[in-house]
Amino acid sequence: MIDAKRPKIELLSREFVDKIVDEGFTLLERHGVMVENAEALDLLGGAGARVDKNGQRAFPGRALVEACLAAAPASIELRDRSGARAFTVGGDEVHFDPGSAAVTMLDHAARAERRAVTADVIAFYKLVETLENFHFQSTGLIAADVPAAVSDAYRLYLGLILSEKPFVTGTFRVEGFGPMKDMLAAVRGGEDALGRAPLAVFDACPSPPLKWSDLTVRSLIDAARAGVPSELIPMGMTGATSPVTIAGTLVQHVAENLSGLTISQLARKGAPVIFGGSPSSFDMRKGTTPMGAIETMMIDAAYAQIGKALKLPTHAYMGLSDSKVNDPQAGFETALGAVLGALAGVNVISGPGMLDFESCQSLEKLVIDDGICAMAYRLLGGIAQRDEPVALGVFEGFTAGMSFLSHPHTRQWYRKEHLGAGLADRDPYDAWVAAGRTSIVDKAHADVARRLEKYAAPPLDPAVRKELDRIMGAYAKSAGLGALPLPKGF
Amino acid sequence: MTESELYPRMSEAIVAGDRAAAAALARDAVRQGLDLLEVVDKGYVPGIQKVGVLWEQGEYFLPELISSAEAMKAAMAVIDPELTKRNLGSRPGGRVVIGTVEGDIHDIGKNLVASMLQAGGFDVHDLGADVKLERFIDKAEEVGAGMICLSALLTTTMTNQRRLIGMLRDRGLRGKYKVLVGGAPASRKWAEEIGADGYAENAVAAVKLAKSLAAGA
Repeated sequence: MIDAKRPKIELLSREFVDKIVDEGFTLLERHGVMVENAEALDLLGGAGARVDKNGQRAFPGRALVEACLAAAPASIELRDRSGARAFTVGGDEVHFDPGSAAVTMLDHAARAERRAVTADVIAFYKLVETLENFHFQSTGLIAADVPAAVSDAYRLYLGLILSEKPFVTGTFRVEGFGPMKDMLAAVRGGEDALGRAPLAVFDACPSPPLKWSDLTVRSLIDAARAGVPSELIPMGMTGATSPVTIAGTLVQHVAENLSGLTISQLARKGAPVIFGGSPSSFDMRKGTTPMGAIETMMIDAAYAQIGKALKLPTHAYMGLSDSKVNDPQAGFETALGAVLGALAGVNVISGPGMLDFESCQSLEKLVIDDGICAMAYRLLGGIAQRDEPVALGVFEGFTAGMSFLSHPHTRQWYRKEHLGAGLADRDPYDAWVAAGRTSIVDKAHADVARRLEKYAAPPLDPAVRKELDRIMGAYAKSAGLGALPLPKGF
Repeated sequence: MTESELYPRMSEAIVAGDRAAAAALARDAVRQGLDLLEVVDKGYVPGIQKVGVLWEQGEYFLPELISSAEAMKAAMAVIDPELTKRNLGSRPGGRVVIGTVEGDIHDIGKNLVASMLQAGGFDVHDLGADVKLERFIDKAEEVGAGMICLSALLTTTMTNQRRLIGMLRDRGLRGKYKVLVGGAPASRKWAEEIGADGYAENAVAAVKLAKSLAAGA
């Protein structure tokens, strides 16, 4: 039997990868990186990097960065809340999660964005819990009915109660890391256990070009020491905050990732780090950052290839759209990104569900995108030999009136070989008219309701729940907030 | 070079975004003792106006726009001190204080508007990004500005545009300044809702708006 060949794309030649990486090293060594945190500057200086403390700038040399690179693990194993299911973030494994940290929600009926509140965040987690092609949750929606000072931990708090899946998350302020880590440790039964079986990864975003703010450095260092994986999210915008050429932006992207990785490894050798990002092609008319531009996806696929060459787990923001509603643009940008990301073997693909440049989440889109992710997985599954011989056996006893439909071979294989329509329309025209000319968005809206109805909370140890409540309550209190705006009976 | 030779070249230097040529031509004009107000008016301004037209026609994009604005800046860096020296006063457009509001570090759009306003004849005081709201008012009072331009790129920080207008009101200064708002989440509707004097969706439109407000003031 011949195994399926995993379809794969690589946009760069090996020679070009080496050249870009080489320039990335030189960029750090020669021009340095801004680090607005004294401890990280001390760590870098202590490891032999040239440091300009007043200018808050470090110039890590190639040998140091290479040593840190060698110390970082090539893959990370995340485990779900129960600890039963493991997900390898490495190799060519692909995991989709909703695009993170949206501030608005697309209202289906009004076709307009509105601020998200606790009830929306709850619906979002419940829905994602039912979508099987999203391996991870993300703290993908920010509740506007709690103060900004606690909103980072609050979204993780709600998620950990409602979902079994691992989380992609991050802090909005330095103080957020403590309670967020404590909640994760509470679920795992201690910090050591959390370090052994991470339940969440924390995004850390450098400011382009080549600057790590105090907040992101703190997150990197805190996460490294707690054994929590950091996902590095450089986000150069071609011609605006990074070189306009795709390859030029890749050089900066490599340097930004490697500088974050170096800080992380110096905080704790062997700390898990994901080579990620959210760079984009900058729109030279509107001054916006289109995630649905083909060049954005090319940058993503290319840096994923570079990350793999550096033997690191990878992440990208793909499978999302800049459209404001669920229209054809939303569909084609999402599908193009999800498929290209999957073919590039990006380990964590954050994006589905998202609209409007990473700022809006849509429940309907999440359901539609789950179908896109299913197709991407099917594509990755490739074409396998199922029988020996491939088809000759099916033709045994061939006659003019032979029926494939009733052939046992069809029944044996059709579910494994074919996905089914999902929400896509495959009606004959007349049937589509008779059924009310329904669009996929309307079908998705009905499916959301069905899924939310069907959602059953995964069991959570009451003692753990109590501890989560305590940690969140204390954090809210420290920010001067009284009661949390939780629905009755939550 | 005579005026009739210089002026088209000045305009071309601006349209081409050629900083070095724009400045060199300005130095030429100074050396020759030309009427500098006329030099600006007939040499450089037609250039930046052409750039505005090319932008509106979809011919020019942000890189052309910003390089032209910078070429204009380079020329004016030569001419402005001479105007002051000759007691001819400075920019005709008026004084503007601009910045990205506190909590927001995005400054690409703001920089563009600042450059284009400057190129358009305004005396621009750019406070940078993440600017405390009090500073906008203090600076405007200090330099005698007529206009305050507030940029915000986040829905979470755009509320500071509203706050600033409230602060002006509280200090009895609202009538003294025109307040313009811009940035990705802002809109004409938002400007109306918070009682701002105007909103522009891009740098070229911002200059037009500022000019019409300055003319009406």
